[in-house]
Amino acid sequence: MSSTTGQGDSGNGRPGARLGGPARGQIPHRVDDAPFQPAEETPMTPAQERLYRASQWRMMWWKLKRHRLAVASGILLLLLYASTLISEAIAPYNLHSRFTDHIYAPPQSVHLFHEGEFVGPFVYGFDYKLNMENLKREYTPDKTDVQPLRFFCSGDSYRFWDLFEADFHVVCPAEGGTLFLLGTDRLGRDMFSRIVYGARISLTIGLVGIAISFLLGITVGGAAGYYGGWVDVGAQRSIEIIRAFPEIPLWLALSAALPVTWSPLWVYFGITVILGLLDWPGLARAVRAKLLSLREEDFATAAQLMGARPPRIIFRHLLPSFASHLIASATLSIPTMILGETALSFLGLGLRPPITSWGVLLSEAQNINVVALYPWLMLPVVPVIVVVLAFNFLGDGLRDAADPYG
Amino acid sequence: MFAYTVRRLITMVPTLIAISVIIFVIIQLPPGDYLSTYVAELAAQGEGVNDERIAYLREKYGLDQPLWRQYLMWAGGLLQGDLGYSFEYQLPVSELIGDRLLLTFVISIVTILFTYAVAFPIGIYTAVRQYSIGDYTLSFIGFLGLATPNFLLALLLLYAANIWFGTSIGGLMDPQYVDQPWSWGKAGSVLAHLWVPVVVIGTSGTAAMIRRLRANLLDELQKQYVTTGRAKGLSPGKLLLKYPLRLAINPFIADIGNLLPQVVSGAAIVSVVLDLPTTGQMLIGALKSQDMYLAGSFLMFLAMLTVIGMLLSDLALAALDPRIRLEGKAAR
Repeated sequence: MSSTTGQGDSGNGRPGARLGGPARGQIPHRVDDAPFQPAEETPMTPAQERLYRASQWRMMWWKLKRHRLAVASGILLLLLYASTLISEAIAPYNLHSRFTDHIYAPPQSVHLFHEGEFVGPFVYGFDYKLNMENLKREYTPDKTDVQPLRFFCSGDSYRFWDLFEADFHVVCPAEGGTLFLLGTDRLGRDMFSRIVYGARISLTIGLVGIAISFLLGITVGGAAGYYGGWVDVGAQRSIEIIRAFPEIPLWLALSAALPVTWSPLWVYFGITVILGLLDWPGLARAVRAKLLSLREEDFATAAQLMGARPPRIIFRHLLPSFASHLIASATLSIPTMILGETALSFLGLGLRPPITSWGVLLSEAQNINVVALYPWLMLPVVPVIVVVLAFNFLGDGLRDAADPYG
Repeated sequence: MFAYTVRRLITMVPTLIAISVIIFVIIQLPPGDYLSTYVAELAAQGEGVNDERIAYLREKYGLDQPLWRQYLMWAGGLLQGDLGYSFEYQLPVSELIGDRLLLTFVISIVTILFTYAVAFPIGIYTAVRQYSIGDYTLSFIGFLGLATPNFLLALLLLYAANIWFGTSIGGLMDPQYVDQPWSWGKAGSVLAHLWVPVVVIGTSGTAAMIRRLRANLLDELQKQYVTTGRAKGLSPGKLLLKYPLRLAINPFIADIGNLLPQVVSGAAIVSVVLDLPTTGQMLIGALKSQDMYLAGSFLMFLAMLTVIGMLLSDLALAALDPRIRLEGKAAR
């Protein structure tokens, strides 16, 4: 007996000891002074009242707000998506501007003080020389050449959304100067501008893809769950078959099948369709499982008895009861699509220039020389990671919030 | 158990047939065939095209047949172990891809072992020490692993391996061992190169698995039987390993089915970056030039690998969990 107790005591610091949740401390004994009246209904405090009257969506919002990380991620994503509306103005240069005398220039850092004196944001110009031994372009900041940045200025002209000519930029290089915040690539194009433009493609591809996947997933999963029987068997089998494929080889095969003659815009749509076509099985399974249990509920039977048709029952009565779950799972699958597009474009089977996505930019960083000599060409991966993480955090928060009564 | 195995094997047949049809259709999707691509290429180079020879080739490989006959020829060949003939390499497909498939297989197995070896202890640790610094750090690294594109990680690791360990860049062995018979030196060299692809392919799967094991274990740890066990004086280690872990591990095994397609497809992209003699480059080339038999048999084998993986995971689950076996029986 004593040995058992001893074991328990000594185990306090070991992994199992903390399993029980909050500490079982002493709770002080307390007696309420108010008279005890069991017959009387307890009046609700204003806070309780608010809680009881809140709609489900409102409660989800309250729960989501407590997830700091999820809210921050959501705001970040909103900002990023908003930026894609005005990419042209945010980028200091046009997508296609080339600077042939600044090929593979390293990032220029923004300074505030020049020789101890405040001049506002500025960059140093470049001293360029070609190292004749290894033919490497060597750029060094020229400490005498101060190039103050201009803000809300006119610079490279562009066609805004391909609608009208404009040359307004939020920030521009000094007249005759350069502003390569993230360096330049092998054609001397500004990486930062290209990343800003790339966001437009990379961020939307997930949305369009998820829309397609949603449509398929809800229809197939809904039909399978609602009708059951052979529809269910058929849907289950096809889901199984699609899931058995290794994703990337299948993407490769499908995107290799896109005709070479297609314009880049069509290829963009083709790729989103491919990404969406392969993503729906997971969603369909979730929808099916939910519907299987929901269709037994009384309100579904009631709708049936009142003569509602299956599509109406599915979309009007059943789906809304777990729409929040669907939104959460959609948020979690957008990153897969963004990564998928990145991978395809990296392999040269996805989007093609002149359409610029983060994957297309990364395909420049395909060999080890880049890592060693021009590491800034790998920078487009930073927004990829940030966006994927943000979607994951937001999705996690949404998933928790989707069940506000839990 | 035997009946379940047989039933599961039988359902595999229509799945495989459907997969082969899909693959065939996808490969046939682009207009034209290998020969028309070839002719166009010759014409572009300004070389004369020998119509008779093209017609002869077309007939020899059955490209003049209707599609369904072509499919039957290909599928029938597969059943007899004849993978067809690669137009581009002018070699039987089996000679071309045999070694590559073997290496894909080896890498996949090692990667899955790696995933388990890493995910298991970390998953348990992060669940037991929830909200500790270790938990946060490991979870953060896991998230980064999920979010970083594989190919970039491959490049960075390759660079690091070259700088720190002097491992030669690319490939699965040092250049002097290529095309040499197997020896201890060669095996060692392969091992030295293998870890980079294994780590790269394994990261995202490992990260996902850690999160799943952590969540499952946390659910179990809050249940009453754990409290009861502790109250009865069960040692913490025993309390953890004997009950909650056994329950939490069930989805872990079901996951092999998900993990394998992921690993195989991860291997395809990483092999391009790392220049591994596995699938990647050759598959892409074959798909682009419509080298029908090569691409088709390649895809078919990759899909088969995952179907078999799913079969194994289902069988393992059935062996562990009697409910799964019995449910199938009741449905019959």
